[in-house]
Amino acid sequence: MSLAETYSRGRRLAVENPFAVVVSVVVAALAVDLIAGLATGRIPVSRVGSLVWDGLMRGLVIGLAGIGLSMTYSILNFANFAHGDYITGGAFAGWATTYLIAGLGRADVGALLLVGAGGSVFGGALGIGITTTPVAVVAGVVVAGVTTLAIALLVDRLAFRPIRDSGGITLLITSIGVAFALRYLIQFVFGPSTRGTTDAAAVPKFPLYLIDGYVRVDAHDLALLVIAGGLMLGVHLLLQRTKLGKAMRAMSDNRDLARITGIPAERVVTATWATGGGLAGVAGYVLVLWKGTISFNDGWLLLLLIFAAVILGGIGSIYGAIAGGVIIGLTYSLSVLWIPSAFARAAAFIVMIVILLVRPQGLFAGRATS
Amino acid sequence: MSGDDGGRDADVDADVTAGTDDRNGNGNENENAGARDADRAGLLDRLPPALRTDTALIVAALLGIYVLYVASGVALGYSVRGQLNAVAVVTFYVAVFAMLALALNLQWGYTGLFNIGIVGFMAVGIYTMAIVSKQVYAPGSAASVGGLGAPIWVGMLAGTAVAAILGLIVALPALRLRADYLAIVTIAMSEIVRFTLLSNAFESFRLPVPYVSTAGVGTVTYRVGLGGGSGVILDFRDPLAAFVGAVGLTGPYGALVDLFGRVIEANPRPVVDGLVYGVVLLAFVAGYYWLLSRTGKSPFGRVLKAIREDEDVAGALGKDTRAFKVKAFMLGCALMGLGGILWFMRQGAITPNTYRPRLTFFVWIALIIGGAGSNTGSVVGGAIFAALLYQGPLYLKNLVNTVVPVSNAPGSFGPAVAPLIGRLDPVPFLLYTVDSVRQLQLVIMGVVLVVLMHRRPDGLLGYRTEAAASIPLRLGRATPGAEGPEHGDGTDGTGGADPEGPGGGRDG
Repeated sequence: MSLAETYSRGRRLAVENPFAVVVSVVVAALAVDLIAGLATGRIPVSRVGSLVWDGLMRGLVIGLAGIGLSMTYSILNFANFAHGDYITGGAFAGWATTYLIAGLGRADVGALLLVGAGGSVFGGALGIGITTTPVAVVAGVVVAGVTTLAIALLVDRLAFRPIRDSGGITLLITSIGVAFALRYLIQFVFGPSTRGTTDAAAVPKFPLYLIDGYVRVDAHDLALLVIAGGLMLGVHLLLQRTKLGKAMRAMSDNRDLARITGIPAERVVTATWATGGGLAGVAGYVLVLWKGTISFNDGWLLLLLIFAAVILGGIGSIYGAIAGGVIIGLTYSLSVLWIPSAFARAAAFIVMIVILLVRPQGLFAGRATS
Repeated sequence: MSGDDGGRDADVDADVTAGTDDRNGNGNENENAGARDADRAGLLDRLPPALRTDTALIVAALLGIYVLYVASGVALGYSVRGQLNAVAVVTFYVAVFAMLALALNLQWGYTGLFNIGIVGFMAVGIYTMAIVSKQVYAPGSAASVGGLGAPIWVGMLAGTAVAAILGLIVALPALRLRADYLAIVTIAMSEIVRFTLLSNAFESFRLPVPYVSTAGVGTVTYRVGLGGGSGVILDFRDPLAAFVGAVGLTGPYGALVDLFGRVIEANPRPVVDGLVYGVVLLAFVAGYYWLLSRTGKSPFGRVLKAIREDEDVAGALGKDTRAFKVKAFMLGCALMGLGGILWFMRQGAITPNTYRPRLTFFVWIALIIGGAGSNTGSVVGGAIFAALLYQGPLYLKNLVNTVVPVSNAPGSFGPAVAPLIGRLDPVPFLLYTVDSVRQLQLVIMGVVLVVLMHRRPDGLLGYRTEAAASIPLRLGRATPGAEGPEHGDGTDGTGGADPEGPGGGRDG
């Protein structure tokens, strides 16, 4: 390609999409600043390492939860604002199980089942952790997934199926109603307080030495990595290797065409809700395991980040959701290098808004479930 | 569609309390409504025709609410003071929700812009107003940050203007997006506003303001700020008192307070203030209604409705749809900012976490109850929402607490439900339920929203027949006599109403 050609292409890009150019300039400036900072020692390498690790963990949770949102968004064609509260529901169901198994005989069953509502019992006191109470944690993961699967199917049956053929906005408004009902029902039962769930002192830590300091890695990070990675691989196999997966992809690409070819649309929709709900529940559980606190607002606060990830990755693409999740997670964490940490979430939202403006179809655009 | 039954207008209340349940129930209610309608008809006949049904509808809704509240106040054994206070509070909420629903109706009902960031515009409005109108910072005062010390009306104008400018900033890039993307962008914006208000980066800063005086031109630096998590104290003069003073009615107002002093034992002033402020807010509602009805009827409004129905067609007819959308969005945002100001400026202090997305959700329910696309519906929906869903449960709680004085409601779900399971004793659980009414209220609202979307996506009055043709376009609809005169759509050119309601195929 000749220089002139490159130049004219660049100019055309700048004229057609000036916003994209501005964004590239900003990203480039930040990258240069980061590299310069690392080179001069102004920004410690280990700090960046820690932030990247933190962002990766957060991103995996977002990506895991985002898979379900992305699938229902593309198959049913609406943005499900109740997805965040599925996450919360899964987290509470799973942690109630974990508390029950870890604390049976040591505390009141009711208090355990309510995840210590009203300060009746504390996760730290029960010594909960992946190494100290592995059975309780694994059981919690399973219950979180199964319960949320059930919630998702029940909500679909009651709220979404009767108006399946309505427009996307009708469904979206309905999902906002579902979200509030679920969230405050959870608050009614489990109480409004944020409480600690794990025994932070008992979690084995594996600090990694990186040039000028340590990157803090602990057993819960690794648990998150294994659970999220395993489930993502499982979804990949489900979509690529099974007939159901093929049907889901067909539905997502073109619902009408899929129905003509004899795919049982309702069954596929049910399977989609089940998969997405189950993943959301597990994501909620591991989020709580990773950060060590639980609150009825967790899912809602995560939801907008998940939307950001799903839109970034391209609606309908599960790989896009995962990649988008990691990008959003990294943005969230790394943004504190330049702006106050109160704006970390805002930075992630701004990335999403910018993507919507520059490339609304997302990075992994279009028909990309396959 | 409910738009065809003659008596529907009088009995909005019954329709919702009776449970938004099913259309079969409407038959009975309409008979009652018809009878009551006839009672009022004598008075209504003297009004100009344009006022007849819609004004009657709003007045009926308000009267119904007042009767309900006064009746339950009597049941509660409230004093005169308590009664008047209850009326003032419910008037206040009816008015603010009606205003916000009207503003949203311009964006969603008229133009089809899916804004779920309402609370962000409200917060920007009141915070701007606070900065402009608060007293100048003086060391040692209770307020940790000061303001510019401008008159209150300047602050109100500034807040409204800044909300409109934020609307412009959001609208310019975002309005070309699909409706669901616009939703996500607006709610993200409202959360960014809240994080900004919460952060300590803008807790306090110095703002240089240029001035011109006889001595020359210069700048004077004020210590202002957003106050961070602890919020801002609104230490300006009570806006109501300032307003009364400005229109020169301080004397008569004092006389009014004295008059109320005869029925209220001690300190009648706050009660009178509340009532008068309620009336002022209702005047603002009338202003919003007038402005938006005029807008809807104007050529500008017709283009907005055309955009709502089919943007491509409106564009093909040579309309610059983007410019229309931006203007409508900005006007709506300005009105939301003003709504936020009117809601919060008499509260003494404001904190960022008041401005959570649930306020947006409230306004949406109000609009959907009333029906998107109808100004009358917005007002009635706001009134019903405020009276029944927003204030109603708290009132019910008081009612229960009067009948069964409670001092020992369980503090959490566990102690509440244990006796129920253990020895089938439902009392603690019921006490806890009544005590948690603030949370359950949101559950109820969520369920109401879902049921509305299932059963009545058009709301009570949404998308009333808007036929441009002189003959019925669809059998059984658009019969000339049944047409509400509201926003004068009987004559404008947007064609038949969208039978699918607010959601119908508009997300492309």
